[in-house]
Amino acid sequence: MARRIGRISPFNITALALGLAFLYLPIVILVIYSFNASRLVTVWGGWSLRWYHEFFNDRAMLDAAWMSLRVAAVSATIATLLGTLAAVGLVRGERFRGRTLFSGMLYAPLVMPEVISGLSLLLLFVALNAERGFWTVTIAHTTLTMCFVTVVVQSRLASLDRSLEEAAMDLGCDPVQAFVRVTLPLILPAIAAGWMLAFTLSLDDVVIASFTTGPGSATLPIRIYSEVRLGVKPEINAICTMVIALIAVLIVIASLASKLSSSQGETAAPL
Amino acid sequence: MSGQSPEIDTAKINTAVAQATPMAPADDTPLLRIEGVSKKFGSFRAVDRLSLDIKAGEFFALLGPSGCGKTTLLRMLAGFETPDEGRVLLGGRDIAPVLPHERPVNMMFQNYALFPHLSVRDNIAFGLKRAGMARAAIDTRVGEMVALVKLDGLEKRRPDQLSGGQKQRVALARSLARRPKVLLLDEPLAALDKKLRESTQLELMELQRRLGMTFIVVTHDQEEAMTMANRIGVMDAGRLEQVATPRDLYEAPASRWVAEFVGDVNLFDGEVTSHAHHRLTIATGDAGNIVVAEHRQMATGTAVSVAIRPEKVKLWHQGPASDAGNPQAVNRLAGVVADVSYLGGSTVYKVKLDSGAVVRSSMANTTRLDIHSYGVGQRVVAWFTPDDGVVLER
Amino acid sequence: MSTRRIFAQPARYAAIAPYLWMVLFFLVPFGFVLKISLSQTAIAQPPYVPVFDFSEGWIAIKAAFAQLSFDNFRLLISDSLYISSYLRSVVVAVTSTLILLLIGYPIAYGMARLPQRWQPIAMMLVIVPFWTSFLIRIYAWINILQHDGLLNKILLALHLVSSPVVWLSTDSAMYLGIVYSYLPFMILPLYATLSKMDPSLLEAASDLGSSPLQAFWLVTFPLSLPGVGAGALLCFIPIIGEFVIPDLLAGSGSMMIGQTLWLEFFTNKDWPVAAAAAVALLVLLVPPLLLYDRLQRRTLEGAK
Repeated sequence: MARRIGRISPFNITALALGLAFLYLPIVILVIYSFNASRLVTVWGGWSLRWYHEFFNDRAMLDAAWMSLRVAAVSATIATLLGTLAAVGLVRGERFRGRTLFSGMLYAPLVMPEVISGLSLLLLFVALNAERGFWTVTIAHTTLTMCFVTVVVQSRLASLDRSLEEAAMDLGCDPVQAFVRVTLPLILPAIAAGWMLAFTLSLDDVVIASFTTGPGSATLPIRIYSEVRLGVKPEINAICTMVIALIAVLIVIASLASKLSSSQGETAAPL
Repeated sequence: MSGQSPEIDTAKINTAVAQATPMAPADDTPLLRIEGVSKKFGSFRAVDRLSLDIKAGEFFALLGPSGCGKTTLLRMLAGFETPDEGRVLLGGRDIAPVLPHERPVNMMFQNYALFPHLSVRDNIAFGLKRAGMARAAIDTRVGEMVALVKLDGLEKRRPDQLSGGQKQRVALARSLARRPKVLLLDEPLAALDKKLRESTQLELMELQRRLGMTFIVVTHDQEEAMTMANRIGVMDAGRLEQVATPRDLYEAPASRWVAEFVGDVNLFDGEVTSHAHHRLTIATGDAGNIVVAEHRQMATGTAVSVAIRPEKVKLWHQGPASDAGNPQAVNRLAGVVADVSYLGGSTVYKVKLDSGAVVRSSMANTTRLDIHSYGVGQRVVAWFTPDDGVVLER
Repeated sequence: MSTRRIFAQPARYAAIAPYLWMVLFFLVPFGFVLKISLSQTAIAQPPYVPVFDFSEGWIAIKAAFAQLSFDNFRLLISDSLYISSYLRSVVVAVTSTLILLLIGYPIAYGMARLPQRWQPIAMMLVIVPFWTSFLIRIYAWINILQHDGLLNKILLALHLVSSPVVWLSTDSAMYLGIVYSYLPFMILPLYATLSKMDPSLLEAASDLGSSPLQAFWLVTFPLSLPGVGAGALLCFIPIIGEFVIPDLLAGSGSMMIGQTLWLEFFTNKDWPVAAAAAVALLVLLVPPLLLYDRLQRRTLEGAK
């Protein structure tokens, strides 16, 4: 490889290292303090699992966590299904009436302030007289996260070599078979990444859930949020660490999956 | 020159190709008949009322510059594009409305389009499974194909674990596995390096002969087309300029465009001044009077071009005694050697004529020592026989 | 017809379900926001009038229409609380975007100059925090910034300050939180343009006599402007409507528009005013959204 002028300078390395430290240090500190035996959050009292015990005995927190996991799993699954279909329609559907509106509706929620999305969905649910709880939050999260799934799957689909589908047809597949046998296996890593993104976004959301949920069915972020407003509590550190661990496991699975599928030519996009 | 080849008539070439083999026996109906086919993309005519017959067992090449419509024509045969007008008959049946997956035609893609998630074996078996073949029969067929393209031992590999040449073989095996009536090859060797390309050309020819299958190959490489094909169709701007054997294409180009596109050529513009005993005399601005053998009747004053291939132009040292010795040296053009390019097997001389025009002469280097070479600045006579010139209407 | 067309028909059928979903759960709700922004507050359930009841027939609906008014929007313009929270939103968004640009650019530049095989890893490292919960990351900072938190401890130990500094409930804390949360959104588009840049351009610049700094200003930076624009808008737009970060980290003195909306809705139960604030916020976001759309289109066309 040719030597490139000024490729790696101490300045570049420093910028990068400081940037990464800024991104990761607070999380590392939080994880460490979750194992602190002391009730005082800032005094180190030795290693302990006491706050994890506390969490598992906190009925309300456990309920909220269970609610959040269910909402995240169901909404991510519906969002992945709908988002993949939307991506197929956008990339393979060529021009059709209402296409601009369709892509507009799919892109807007990506940057729409959550207060607006949350408020508008609540007003719909009130007008429909729907009982607020698990399903209203799930629908709200599906609406938001399917847009992210669409973007992820769409970019993979658009970069796919179309002659692969033509080759499948040449070898006897009708369009639907060609999609199922060739296209779908190749975009599967992107679909999986889309599901995980939807899952974590749902697990993370406070604002939309606050608008769309009903009394007695708070999600974990809503509970964490109301606790945090009252100040730092060691138990929250423990909960946060477990959420981080869950997401870390998902990321590891995802990168393993994309390693497996990297023998399929292109490496899967991490997003 | 091959005996059964028809005489070239430029004016009729586009419409008369269907009758291009009038001497063929009656039972030898074409396997593939393309009738007045057009394809437009917006206002651009990619293929323009094109007709062509291809017989069973032929190795046919579509040759042309990029954007001439040859790939569009191939994609219409595969079913990926539908003609706007005209018919495509395969074994007498119009296949225009038939979708790609129902056509007894297979294609080898330029970039191979191997399924990256499937092994070599599954790639080759893909089309067979779709055809509903029994498992045992598929195994046998895949085995045959693997042996045919010499891929033994690589069946379990994924496409990205293969070299370029191996990928090319898998693509070939996959498209041959269904035993199509016609195999379409889109620039099959373009992605290979020069050495590999040459050996693969020979293998493809050998394979086609052995299977007796009809191959239609699209290429922009004239050497490749000349080497492999029985017949070549030269395309430009959506039309067939000429359909002929490689030899006829080179020795009897039907138009100025074909003469310039295939190989190297010297062209002299002029007009017919006389016609006698199948010999035309043409007055050219650059090279004076040129005499060319021509059996067509041409009226005096017809604007024509004379085409002479560089290797048919010989050089002589300037000398009064030597040129009288050869009665064939009818056309003599005096000039000065302006440039010499040594190419190994041959040497190309550029001779600047006294009129200012430049004539290229290519001489085979038949001896190791350069006893016959000419130096820059040397006065020479470039000459060619009446049989070596081709008259092209302008 | 071509293969594209053969595939287009089933693909369009695939779009039907997501299309209907988005119309029902994205487009229609905006109709409700718009309608309620024109309604009056009422102490009732739902807390606004008029309520359109389609079962009561056409006359009742016409009467309900007559009750709609622009009073809420008049209130938004006349009350300094709303004006100031809009202004604050814009100021916070602009300031944060500038800080993000200053911090994100060197990082993205450093990433783009890494050896090829390290680049995907660096990108992964930037993206991963984006996957971990946003709320948790803000909470992590509260841990550090609180009165007897790690930051004050370090500052005291180093004798940089004599008594603990109040970090929480200040604008500095809020900016820190925003920059922390949005940094990946700034880095990724910048990295995307910077990494696509041909390194031989810089070699050509230095060959033609420019110093590294000149080469950066005259070649690298102008070429990275599309990335700068995309990153800036990608941060600016959502920060305008941000709620959680200012609510948790900033002081209670002045509010951003998202906070005002939340307050009107949850605390004051004034749904019509909250809806009007949402409509006004949307209007505020239209210009940057259109700009972003144009930028994306140009980038896509440039890629072709």
